[in-house]
Amino acid sequence: MSPTEFTPLAAIVGGSLIGSSAVLLMLTNGRIAGASGIFAGLLSLEFSSEFSWRLTFIIGMLIGAFLSAQLFFDASSIAFTGGPITTVAAGLFVGIGAILGSGCTSGHGICGLSRFSVRSLTATLTFMATAITTVFITRHVWGA
Amino acid sequence: MPDVGKITTLISGLLFGAGVTISGMVNPMKVLNFLDITGQWDASLVLVMAAGLAVTLIGYQLVFRNKAPLFSPTFKLPTLKKVDLPLVAGAALFGVGWGLSGFCPGPAVASLVFGNTQSFIFVAAMAVGMIATRQIKQRGPAS
Repeated sequence: MSPTEFTPLAAIVGGSLIGSSAVLLMLTNGRIAGASGIFAGLLSLEFSSEFSWRLTFIIGMLIGAFLSAQLFFDASSIAFTGGPITTVAAGLFVGIGAILGSGCTSGHGICGLSRFSVRSLTATLTFMATAITTVFITRHVWGA
Repeated sequence: MPDVGKITTLISGLLFGAGVTISGMVNPMKVLNFLDITGQWDASLVLVMAAGLAVTLIGYQLVFRNKAPLFSPTFKLPTLKKVDLPLVAGAALFGVGWGLSGFCPGPAVASLVFGNTQSFIFVAAMAVGMIATRQIKQRGPAS
């Protein structure tokens, strides 16, 4: 583990952009901007209009990440923890959990809470609690 | 055929990708430090969440004054209201994966453009988990 700097301005700008994305998608297409649902919708062999808008959103996401990083983000600052086995396990847990729990950080944590959804509030409090507990155990109980 | 709805969807995606990048959420270490409240706490993500919520909360209030979205016949909103076991169990497991890696789905997919092997491994494993769970959900008794 290595420390990262507190970056309030980037955080507020970034958060506002995520919020704007959610509002624009709802205003124009009536959809929840939940990354897990949108991505999972692409993992299908049926080519429908549902597939098409999701693919468009994901392509936009990749372009947005790439372009914004040219000016406002140092991609070499990205750092990982854990080996490939941990990464595979984490990916599986996140994938299983997002489908079972019907959403992720954006779908529940931003869109759902903004609709005053009790399910989303429950999900957000639950995943925040288990994520904080997991980091506590891996960093402070087992050691880094 | 120029489809305005497609363009606004693309712009929504652009904003999302820029947001998770500029905020630093594409950096797993930053996310883990946010979750590490008793250690090297980096509070940045509190502000990401707060700003994201503030914009969405106000924006949704205005959007839902309309009867329908601009380029689609209806709002597609979740209809389930009940807090059930799959929701809680799924969210709990999701949090463990998030805490192990520092990645959640949006930032993980966006981070693919930075070309790190870990991003590809994570997204591939996540896709497998999603497909498998959906298969079981569809086949098994309705939850």
